[in-house]
This record gives sequence, C-alpha cells and structure tokens, in this order.
Amino acid sequence: MIVIESLTKHYGPIAAVDGVSMTIERDSITVIVGTSGSGKSTLLRMINRLIEPTSGRVLIDGRDTASESGHRLRRHIGYVIQGYGLFPHRTVAHNIATVPRLLGWDENRIRPRVAQLLEALQLDPAVYSGKYPHQLSGGEQQRVGVARALAAEPAVLLMDEPFGALDPIIREKAQDDLLEIQRKFGTTMVVVTHDIDEAFRLGDRVAVMSAGRVLQYDRPEVLVTHPADPLVARMTGSAERAMRLLSLTTAGEAALPLTPGEAGTGGPAVPASASLRVVLSELLWHGSESATVIDGDGTPRGRLTVAAILARARAR
Amino acid sequence: MSSPGLLMRRPAAARHTAVLAGIDRLGALLTLLGAAGLFLLPFVLFKANRIVPGDSRSVAQVLPLWASLGFEAMLAAVAAVALLIANGPLRLAAALGGIVGLAMALAAAANALTPPHNIIVRVAPGGGFWLLAAALGLLATDAITRMRPGPGVRVLLLGLFLGAAGLALTHGTFDNVSIVREYSLHASAFALAARQQVLLSVGSLGAAVIVALPLGILCHRAPRLKPGLLGALNVIQTVPSIALFGILMAPLGALAAHVPLAAAVGIRGIGAAPAVLALFLYSLLPIVANTVAGLKRVSPATVEAALGMGMTRWQTLTSVELLLALPVILTGIRIVLVQNIGLVTIAALIGGGGFGTFIFQGIGEMATDLVLLGAIPTVVLAFSAAVLLDALIEVLDRARQ
Repeated sequence: MIVIESLTKHYGPIAAVDGVSMTIERDSITVIVGTSGSGKSTLLRMINRLIEPTSGRVLIDGRDTASESGHRLRRHIGYVIQGYGLFPHRTVAHNIATVPRLLGWDENRIRPRVAQLLEALQLDPAVYSGKYPHQLSGGEQQRVGVARALAAEPAVLLMDEPFGALDPIIREKAQDDLLEIQRKFGTTMVVVTHDIDEAFRLGDRVAVMSAGRVLQYDRPEVLVTHPADPLVARMTGSAERAMRLLSLTTAGEAALPLTPGEAGTGGPAVPASASLRVVLSELLWHGSESATVIDGDGTPRGRLTVAAILARARAR
Repeated sequence: MSSPGLLMRRPAAARHTAVLAGIDRLGALLTLLGAAGLFLLPFVLFKANRIVPGDSRSVAQVLPLWASLGFEAMLAAVAAVALLIANGPLRLAAALGGIVGLAMALAAAANALTPPHNIIVRVAPGGGFWLLAAALGLLATDAITRMRPGPGVRVLLLGLFLGAAGLALTHGTFDNVSIVREYSLHASAFALAARQQVLLSVGSLGAAVIVALPLGILCHRAPRLKPGLLGALNVIQTVPSIALFGILMAPLGALAAHVPLAAAVGIRGIGAAPAVLALFLYSLLPIVANTVAGLKRVSPATVEAALGMGMTRWQTLTSVELLLALPVILTGIRIVLVQNIGLVTIAALIGGGGFGTFIFQGIGEMATDLVLLGAIPTVVLAFSAAVLLDALIEVLDRARQ
C-alpha cells in the first residue's frame, strides 16, 4: 500500500504538484491521468524520489520513503518510462539483470530470473537474451523494459506513459499483457498516462489530475456516473459516457443465467471476456435480440439481451 | 513490380554508364601524376656530398637498359590496372607491386651511382621518385578504401607495412640511399628522438585527458559554464604554436628560478616543460568539446532509466554515460594525438627534443636528407596513431550499435 500525504513540489513560485494526498491499494493498478503539465509525472517521480518533494511524504507499506537514500529506495521500486531507456550497449539479458546486479544477487539466481521474466513476457530466452536493444521492435523493447523493471521482484511498479511510443494495435496487446502480468506477479502498479481510454482499460482506480491537484480519485465507473468536476466530466466524455460505462463491464460479469434446457438462443456467441460495449455492437450488427456468452473452451455460460445491456448503460 | 518500359530502358542506361565507367577517374589522375614523375622530374639526385645541390638523373641514365625498360613496363602495367580494373584486391596488389618495384629501382640506382666504399657521395630520391611514390601510395590507399576492410584487417595491414619497411631498412639493400645513410650516422640520436617524440605527444595527451574529461562532464552537467570554457580553450587554440612556446618560456623560466622544487623536477623555461604544457593546452579543446558532444548523444531516457533503477550518479556516469560517449571522446583523443605528434616537431625549437631536432638541424645545415629523416618518421608515427585509434573507435562503436 502506498500512502501519499499532502505531497507538494514547487518550482520557484509554481506548484507542479499541489498538496496531493491519496492511498494506493496493494496489488491493484492505479492510473494517474491528466493533460501535459498537470503534474502527473512529477507526482510519479516523487514516489521513487527521482524528484525530491518540497513538502509532504510518501509511505510504502508503512515505511517513509525518505528514511533511506534515494538510489537504495529505487532499487526496490520498478520503473518503466516512455522510450524505455534500454541501455544500448548491453544485451537484453544484461539490461534485465541491471537491478539484481546492483543489489548484488548471485549470478546463479540472476540467470533463471532473467529467463523466467523473458518467458513471462513472451520473449524466447534462447532468441532474445543475447540481442541488443537496437535489434528489437518497439513492442519487444517495451516488454524488455517491463521485464527489467520487474527483475528484482519489486512490490511497486511505476510506469510513466509506458505505451506512449507504441502504435495503436500493439498498444492494446501490450495493455492486455500488462493486466496479465499484474495478475501473475501481483505487483502494485501506478501508471501515468494522458490517454483516458488507457486509464479506463487498465485502472482499478483512476486519479484525474489538473494543475497539480487530483480532481477525483475513484473507480472508473464512478468517474463516469458521478464526475466530481466539470473537467472530469469532459475528460470522461459526456457524449460517450453510456458507451464508456458499458466498456467497463465484461459479458461474463453481466451474463444472465441460462434457462435450464436452453442450449442456445440463436444469437451470436460472445466470449465472456468481451466488454458489454463489444457485445452490444455485435448484437446491433446481427440485428439479434440476445447473445450466448461462452467460456474460453466454448461452453455456454449465460446469455445477454439488448434490454439487459441497455439497463447497465443508464446512469445509476 | 517495375513496368515493361522501365525494363526496356535499363540495359540502355547501363551501356551508357559502362562506357563512362570503363576508365577509372582516379586511375587516370594518378597515371598522369606518375607519368609526370617518370618523364619530367629527376628520379634521383646525385650529390658529391650531403650539402651540395644534386645533379638530376633519370631512370634511363642510371639503370641498365633492360632494367629501366622493365621498370617502365611494370609501371605501365600498374597504370593499366589503375585505369581499367575496378576490383579492389587487384588494384591493391598492383599498387603494392608498383611500390616494391619503385623501391627496388631506387636501391639499384643508389647502388649503381655510389662508388664502392664511398660514404661521402649521396644519392637522394628526386622529385620523380616522390611523385611516383605518392601516386602509388594513393592508389594503394584508394584500393584499401574500396575493399572496406574491418578494423582488425586495417591494423594488420599497418603492421605489415611497418614490418616490411623496417625489414627493408635493416636488410642493407637501401644502405646507399641518402636518407638511410643519414640515419646510420644518427642512429642513437634517432632512437632518443623517437622516444622523446612519443613521450611528449602521449604524455601531454594523458595529462590533457585527466583534466579535459572532468571539464567536459562539468560542461555537460552545467551548460551555463560551457560557452565561457569552450571560448577560452578556443582562444588558446588560435595562438600559433611557436608563439605559445615563447609565451610559456618566460613564466616557466621565472618559476624555475624562484621555486627550487620546480627546477628540481625539470621545469625550465626551455626544454620539455614548455613543450608539454603547450601541447597540453592545445589538447584540451578537442577532448572537452568531444566529451560534451559524446555525453549529449546519450539519450535522456537512458540516463533517467539508469537513475530510476537505482544506479547512483557515479554509476550512471561511469557505466552508462561515459561508456556510450566513449567513441566520440576517442575521436577527440585521436585528433589530439595526431595533432600532438605533428606539433612536437616544433617543440624542438625550444629544446623539447623529438624528430623536430633533425628537421631544424637539417634546415640549418641545408641538408635535405636530415630534414627528411625527421619528417618521414613523424608522418609515419601520426599515420599509425590515426589508423590504430580509428580501428579502436570502430570496434567500440560497432559493439554498441
């Protein structure tokens, strides 16, 4: 758990971050979203003290981050930035081993850890260990950047626009992979982005920042249904908010139980992991009133009707 | 992919360029240069002693008819290769063959013109010889460039060249050539001068690296300092070397006179001290400027990632920034080393020693051979340093991109 207490950073007379307090839950993904200059990156960098706060403090699992030197603190906090900052003169394996080496891990412990991370990020260790960063595609570099940040098993992972340099198609895949990684390693992640769609896709909780202050910090659906500030309403898109709400729920979560004996409803089959937004679009396209929700292995799990979906799109 | 029209036009265009490409342009220029050397300028100069101006002798005047015809035929063959053949290894072989032939002709001419056991007479290479040597040398360099050899091969070629030159000089074949004769008169002084030349240029470089590297890092970290510091170093760079030696003589002389310790460690107004100090000052600008440029080349994301993962400032500097800047910094060091090897010759004027001693002594005695005994090794030394450092830079640069 990360507790941020009235954290402030002044640059001359200007407050880049102005008295921010928030609590970030363990093993969750918190997204800080805001326009450029909103102070979101400054806030993130004060968590690992790449930027020293003017006042306020940060506690990670109850421990004040100011109680040890900055570089020691950072060795236990993963950090991924836009452009990844891979070391061009070091191989992929050497890059990933950076923090374990700084921590003085034994080589016999480092090697299997590097291989495990490469595999977790769908990079074949035999192929990628010896490559140099310039031999990788953008998506591969991004994954190596994440692997490097996770190498020393940090409890907290900070990411500053981690998908900013990826093209849209790879970006969605990378976001899914990150969710997968989070589930697998159970890391507490704080992600900074300017992209509200990305924030809604990734965040268990989303903080909207503007001019150094957090305007609202809550679950994504609350941001849509009860925006605390006109800017939050504008960012979450008032014209699209019904659809956005639908995109936050999966078909599996919303599925109605199957009536006994009813095998299929005749409508299209949709995977349980698809969002209601996708299911609705599918139903409209086929001119169908209901769809069958299926599991990963194809067994019917429930059904969804247009009426049920529409009910979920209404402001609560 | 390509339209039929394009396919039709392509062979015609190729034929057209083939006619133009038939004659190698550089080959034509070098052939003209060589021909001018062979037919218009004296091949060797014959002097009754080392100081008097020499009489011109052409190849035909010195060598037997068969030998001179053979020499000309060999040169014609090299010219034909230079003009018509684009293949790199073949051109290199031709150039090297030409150089060996030229050297043999020089040795033969010197041996033919020197009466037995006469060590007063001098047979010096003439303008024709030098022009031919230049043309063949350029042909060889161009051939090597065309072959794009890797750094290892280039160093190997340099080693072969130096080895062959050393072997030829110690073998005795060239003992009657004036420069070799001059060398045998100054053999012990030559060894001393070579040591001084290397010590002065490398020593001043070493001192400059120790000072310039931190200055460059400082300029990178505090950009406000950069214009002032680089400006000051630029001013030093514009002072002519002789003037700088002169400027340093007075304060160093005074220092030696008033501080016994300074005199005890060898600091004097003349000699090695002002030479090293001047070379040190000249060396600063290229190294500082290249350190700044090299550090600037390192991507800010890389530095931020290094700090963000918990490297200390010092670890980030030494294991990321400086390593990534190294090829650019080494380029600065290469500039300085080659520049210093040349400048050390001028330090001889203030008693600094080195090959310059021969050059200025030779100018004073009007003995051209002695001037060349100082000049040629200086050029070879500078050239070798450039090849070695270039190879090193390429190896490092390749390893990291």
